[in-house]
Amino acid sequence: MDNKTGAMDKNWGGAIGPVRLIVDTLMVIRTLITRNPAAPLASRGLHTFSLPNLPYDYGDLEPAISAEIMQLHHQKHHQAYITNYNKALDQIQAAADAPTVVKLQSAIKFNGGGHVNHSIFWTNLAPVRAGGGEPPRGPLRWAIDNNFGSFEALIQKMSAEGAAVQGSGWVDPLVSKGASLVPLLGIDVWEHAYYLQYQNVRPDYLENIWKVVNWKYAS
Amino acid sequence: MAAAVATPLKFTFSSSHGSTRRLQWRNNQRSVKRPYRGAITAKIEHKPPPYSLEALEPHMSRETFEYHWGKHHRAYVDNLNKQIVGTELDTMPLEEIILATYNKGDLLPPFNNAAQVWNHEFFWESMKPGGGGQPSQEVLDLIKRDFGSFEAFVTEFKAAAATQFGSGWAWLVYKANKLNVGNAVNPLPSEEDKKLVVVKSPNAINPLPLLTIDVWEHAYYLDFQNRRPDYISTFMEKLVSWDAVSLRLEAAKARAAEREREEERARNEYEGDDSQTDPQPVEMYGTDSDDSEAD
Repeated sequence: MDNKTGAMDKNWGGAIGPVRLIVDTLMVIRTLITRNPAAPLASRGLHTFSLPNLPYDYGDLEPAISAEIMQLHHQKHHQAYITNYNKALDQIQAAADAPTVVKLQSAIKFNGGGHVNHSIFWTNLAPVRAGGGEPPRGPLRWAIDNNFGSFEALIQKMSAEGAAVQGSGWVDPLVSKGASLVPLLGIDVWEHAYYLQYQNVRPDYLENIWKVVNWKYAS
Repeated sequence: MAAAVATPLKFTFSSSHGSTRRLQWRNNQRSVKRPYRGAITAKIEHKPPPYSLEALEPHMSRETFEYHWGKHHRAYVDNLNKQIVGTELDTMPLEEIILATYNKGDLLPPFNNAAQVWNHEFFWESMKPGGGGQPSQEVLDLIKRDFGSFEAFVTEFKAAAATQFGSGWAWLVYKANKLNVGNAVNPLPSEEDKKLVVVKSPNAINPLPLLTIDVWEHAYYLDFQNRRPDYISTFMEKLVSWDAVSLRLEAAKARAAEREREEERARNEYEGDDSQTDPQPVEMYGTDSDDSEAD
């Protein structure tokens, strides 16, 4: 991990080490989202982001993740990121001087990053009936076995590192190589992601979330 | 830290670089009965709040305390004790452990647990049943002096707590002249000295505080879910213990005064030495001397 990414990790509530928060990726993904031809453009050419729908109902991930958590997480936390992201984008567009722009950078990073991370997160999960929890096959499985030794080893490593995150953060165990790093799978370990159901026992949350991970998306 | 040790650290703490930072085993000059293997003997205490777990209802539920104090705080204590047993840090008081593991900013592994233990003890004491209201006249005067008004302070404190991204704390601190307590980083004196300042900090770091609010999600999620601003307002209106703030202010001022006296002393000693080593120059080639052969 290069220094820049390492430094970013520290800013995100102290999450350090293998937790990856890739700002370059955010810029890539944001560009992709902006290029969506169906998206309306504001008068200044600025895209206004909105809350993406979940590809399943709030209760569909039970018992691994409760409906209550899914609803709060999606409608409140994710929505807040989007609202604040849009606000920051408006402010930065309207900024008259460089110091103001610079000051808004962290708001863009935090809220934009939160929006992107959560958008990916919802697609990383799926109800059991739609394949959630089914281990990957094919090239992805091969890559996992190659890089981690075995599928079980990846799960264990990720759970351990997710449990070790101090404070708020994410664990992104799969990132494509090449010019731009893209998180293929991310697990939210902010407390809001599990507290109502698992309280302080984050390891139980991590153990159970594998039952609804959507490996097809990562593939 | 209201009761922090002002003396510099008396030992050197060596840590190896690399992936394993091992704590140095001290040559046992102290007489300590070695327990049978397996027992954790490090004695950092899991202190209970100065009130019962349901005493802050309905503003902060018993259930929250059962998890927050009973699980989170306890885990920090247990894990810290496991980390320090058999090392130099064992038998040191908590503040000294924090200073040692702060390590000028290059944090050592026990720091997180030690600091969080301290932070949580401080947090429980920052609240009381029937809390809220206004501070003492002395504290109020300082607040008015340094923030303009009580309302302005509350606004700033709430904003700091609400905008602390992710996990962390918001603090009201007394920023005295010198924060050079042992290993802590010494900020340059500035016009903010001897002032009340609102500060926010991530995860476990803390400055010299008078009051804190825990804004890790576990602190409020069961009672308020995502509504952190509501939690902060409730804390200010119903929970905050201004009595504790007053006590800590006295301690902070006393410590600041003592540091100034120490510095004054040190300055005087230095200047005194100069005058002794710089006597009147001795005349070597006076007109009286008759060394010269020339005549």
